[in-house]
Amino acid sequence: MADTVYPRLIGARLRSQMSYRASFALDLATQALAQWVELVVILVLFSHVNALGGFSKEEVLLMYAFAGIAFGIADLFAGQLDNLPTYIRAGTFDVLLLRPLGTLPQIMVSDVRLRRIGRIAGALAVMVYALAQVSVVWTPAKVALAIATPLAGAVIFSAIWVVTCSVCFWIVEGREFANAFTYGSGAFTSYPVNVYSAPLRWVMAFIVPGAFVAYYPSLALLGKQDPLGLPGWVGWTSPLVAALAAGVAALVWRFAVRHYRGTGS
Amino acid sequence: MLAGMTANVVFGMLRVAILAAALEAADGEIADYDIAATNTYVWIGQGLLGFVLLWGTNELAERVRSGDVVVDLYRPWHLQSAMLAQDLGRGGFAFLTRLAPPMVFGVLLFPFQFPASSAQWPLFLVSAVLALVVSFACRFLVDASAFWLLDNRGLYGFWNVTSGLLCGLTVPVSFFPGWARDVLWLTPFPALMQAPIDVFLGHGDVTGVLLHQLFWAVALLGAGHLVLQRAVRKVVVQGG
Amino acid sequence: MIEVRELRREFRIATSKGLRRNHKTVTAVDGVTFDVRAGEAVGYVGPNGAGKSTTIKMLTGILVPTSGHLRVGGVDPSRQRRDLARRIGVVFGQRSQLWWDLPLQDSFDLLRSIYRVPAQDYRTRLDECVELLGLQETLLTPVRQLSLGQRMRGEITAALLHAPELLVLDEPTIGLDLESKERLREFLADINTRRGTTLLLTTHDLDDIERLCPRLMVIDHGRVLADGPLDELRAEVTPERELVIDLREPGPAPDVPGVTAVRSEAGGLRHHLTFRRAETTAAQLITQVVRQVEVHDLAVVEPEIDDVIRKLYQRQLDQDAHR
Repeated sequence: MADTVYPRLIGARLRSQMSYRASFALDLATQALAQWVELVVILVLFSHVNALGGFSKEEVLLMYAFAGIAFGIADLFAGQLDNLPTYIRAGTFDVLLLRPLGTLPQIMVSDVRLRRIGRIAGALAVMVYALAQVSVVWTPAKVALAIATPLAGAVIFSAIWVVTCSVCFWIVEGREFANAFTYGSGAFTSYPVNVYSAPLRWVMAFIVPGAFVAYYPSLALLGKQDPLGLPGWVGWTSPLVAALAAGVAALVWRFAVRHYRGTGS
Repeated sequence: MLAGMTANVVFGMLRVAILAAALEAADGEIADYDIAATNTYVWIGQGLLGFVLLWGTNELAERVRSGDVVVDLYRPWHLQSAMLAQDLGRGGFAFLTRLAPPMVFGVLLFPFQFPASSAQWPLFLVSAVLALVVSFACRFLVDASAFWLLDNRGLYGFWNVTSGLLCGLTVPVSFFPGWARDVLWLTPFPALMQAPIDVFLGHGDVTGVLLHQLFWAVALLGAGHLVLQRAVRKVVVQGG
Repeated sequence: MIEVRELRREFRIATSKGLRRNHKTVTAVDGVTFDVRAGEAVGYVGPNGAGKSTTIKMLTGILVPTSGHLRVGGVDPSRQRRDLARRIGVVFGQRSQLWWDLPLQDSFDLLRSIYRVPAQDYRTRLDECVELLGLQETLLTPVRQLSLGQRMRGEITAALLHAPELLVLDEPTIGLDLESKERLREFLADINTRRGTTLLLTTHDLDDIERLCPRLMVIDHGRVLADGPLDELRAEVTPERELVIDLREPGPAPDVPGVTAVRSEAGGLRHHLTFRRAETTAAQLITQVVRQVEVHDLAVVEPEIDDVIRKLYQRQLDQDAHR
C-alpha cells in the first residue's frame, strides 16, 4: 500500500522541532547524558562487586544497552501518549476522531520526540562496547537475534505505554500510574531480572513482559543458563512476545476509545 | 495522589532490589551500608524527592519568557523570599503527603535502621528543611537563568538529568570512588539529599553535614538574590 | 443530509461524597428529532450546557448516542466514523486542527494526504479559499503566529479541502473582531449558495444566524424548543417590536394609535414605543411619528436572541405544567 500519510506527518513534526534548532541540539545532548547517568550508576556499583545476580559488568551493560535502545525507540513514538490527558482535556482527541485515520497512529506521529535519538545513540554506543567485550559464539541466527532484540523490545515498551496510558480514559490522573509501568519498566529491564524479589518480578517481568526486552535475549546470546530455570529457547521468543503484546495493546486501545466515545464528555 | 504513590513505590522497590543484589555480591556491606541502612536510604530518598522537590516546574522561567514576570517584579515584595515562603509552605504539606508515606512503607515492609539516638530525629528534620531550602535556591537559579538565556529549557533538562545522580539519590555518594566523593562534597549537591539521609543513619559527622548544608543554603540564596537584582535592572533598562 | 430521530445521550458523572463514590446520570441530549436537507443552512443555538456540543459530537461521530436513530449523509456516524470523516468538514472555534509550529501551507498539504485529495482538485479548492478569504500573505506563516481571525480562516479552509457535503461549525466566530466575522459570514454564505454545501452551525452570535441561516433550531435542556425561520420564531414568541426615538427637543411621547409608550429617558429626549408586528409595519409607524414630533434619530429594536430563547423556554415550561 503506497500510503504516505504517516511519513508525511512525521516529517511535519520534524520540521516543527527544527524550528527551535538551538534548544534541539542541547536536548539531544541532554538525552545522551541521561542515558549515561544510568551507565555511571552501573559502573559505580561494579566498582564494589564483580557480579550482579551472577552477571559480569559487561553482561549487565549489554542488558542495559538493549533496554536503553528499545526504550528510546519506543519513547520516540509511544512517548506522546504521556500527553493523552492533555489531549482529552483540551479536546484535541476529538479532532483526531474527526479524521479518516486511526487515533493511535495519529497520536504516535503527532509529536515524535526526535531528541530521544540522543538517548538511543548513547545506548547504542554502550551496546557496541558490551558486545565487543562479552564472549559470544556468533552464528547468523545470533546476529539476527542481536538486531531483532532492541526492535522487539521497542514494540514491547510501546505496548506497555499504550495499555497503561489507556487508563487515562477512565482516571484523570492516570498518567502517574502509567509512568510507574512505562518508565518503571524502562529502569527495570536494564538489570538482570533475577535480582528482583519474586512479586516485583512477576509483575514487571512476566505480566508486563519486561524480561523479554533484554534479559532473556541476552541469555540466549551469551549462551547462559537462566537462574530462574526457564529453558534456553525462551531467549528467542521476544519477537513473538512483542507481537502478542502489540495485539493486546491494540485491543485495549480500541476498548478504551470505545469507552471514551460512549461516556466521554 | 495514589497514582503518584504507585510510581514512587515501584521505583523504590526497583532501587532496593538492585542495591540489595550489589550488597549480596559484596558480602553484605558496601561503604557503611548494610541491608537495613540501604533500605532506609532508599525509602527516605523516595520521600525526600517529593519533599525537597528536586525536579521543579520551571514556572518562573515560563513567566520570564512570556513577559508576565514584570508583574511579579513590580509587586511590593522580594520575589525570591516570596517564592521561598511558598515553597516552604508546600514543603509543610509535602512532609505529610510525600515524605512520610514512602518512609512508613519502608518501615513496614523492609528491614529499617532507626536513628541510634533520639536527638537524631530533630536533627534530621532540620537537615531535611535545609535540603529543601538548598533545592529551592538551586531551582531558583536555574529558573532565573531565563532572564539571560530566554529559553532555559536546555539548562533545566540538564539539571533534571544530572542532579539525581550527583545528590546521592540513585546511589549513595559514599559508593563513588574516593576522589569523586571528595569532589562532590565540595559542591552543593549532597546537601539536597545525601545530607539528611546521612544525619538519619548517623553516617559521618553531623555538625559538619549540617554546616555544609547551611553554607550552601546561604551562599545559593545570596547568589539568587544578586542574580535577581541584576535581572530587575536588566528588565527595567530594556523596558520589560 | 442529516436525519435525527429521538436522539438521546446520557453521561455518567462520578460524584464523590467523603469516601463513597456514586454515579449520577445526566441527560445532555434528551430525545432530539430533526432533519436537515442537502443545501440548507441551519443555526443551532441554545445556552451553554443546553446540549449543542453533545449533539454536534454525535453528528460527527466523536460520541456514540445512548439511543435514537442518526444518519448523516446516509451513514451511521458512530459506526462508520472514517467514511463519514471523508464526507464532512468540521470546524471547532476553540480547538485547532492545524499544526501549531508549521506554516499554514504545510497544514493544508498534510490534510491533503490525510484525506487523499487528488492534486488537481486540491489546487483549485485551495486557490479558491485563499483568494476568497484573503489568505495569500499568511500561507508561509507558522500557525502559532497567526491572529485569531487569520487562524479561523485557515481552519475553515482546512475543513473544506476535501470538498465536504456538510460543514459543521461550532462557534466559528467566537472571539473574532467585526471585520473578520463579516468576512467569514460572507464566505460561508457563498459556499452554501454556490457550492451547495450544507451548513450546520452553533453560535452565540445572533448576527451569524441573521446573516447565514434561513433556519434556526433552538435547544435547551437537551430538547428542541423551536425549529423554523428566525423571523417567524421572533414573530411568534415576541409579537411586539420596539421603536426607540430620540427627539430634538425634550417633549412628550407621540400619540399614535396601536402604539404603547413604554418609558422615556433623558428628561423626555428618548422614548421607547412598542407596537404589534401583526398590526402595523415599522415604516407606517415612523411616517406617523415624524408628522407629530421632530425626530433626531430612531431605531427599530428586535428582541435579542437570548430573549427569544428565554421566552421559548418559558413557553415550554408552561406547556409542561398544563399537561
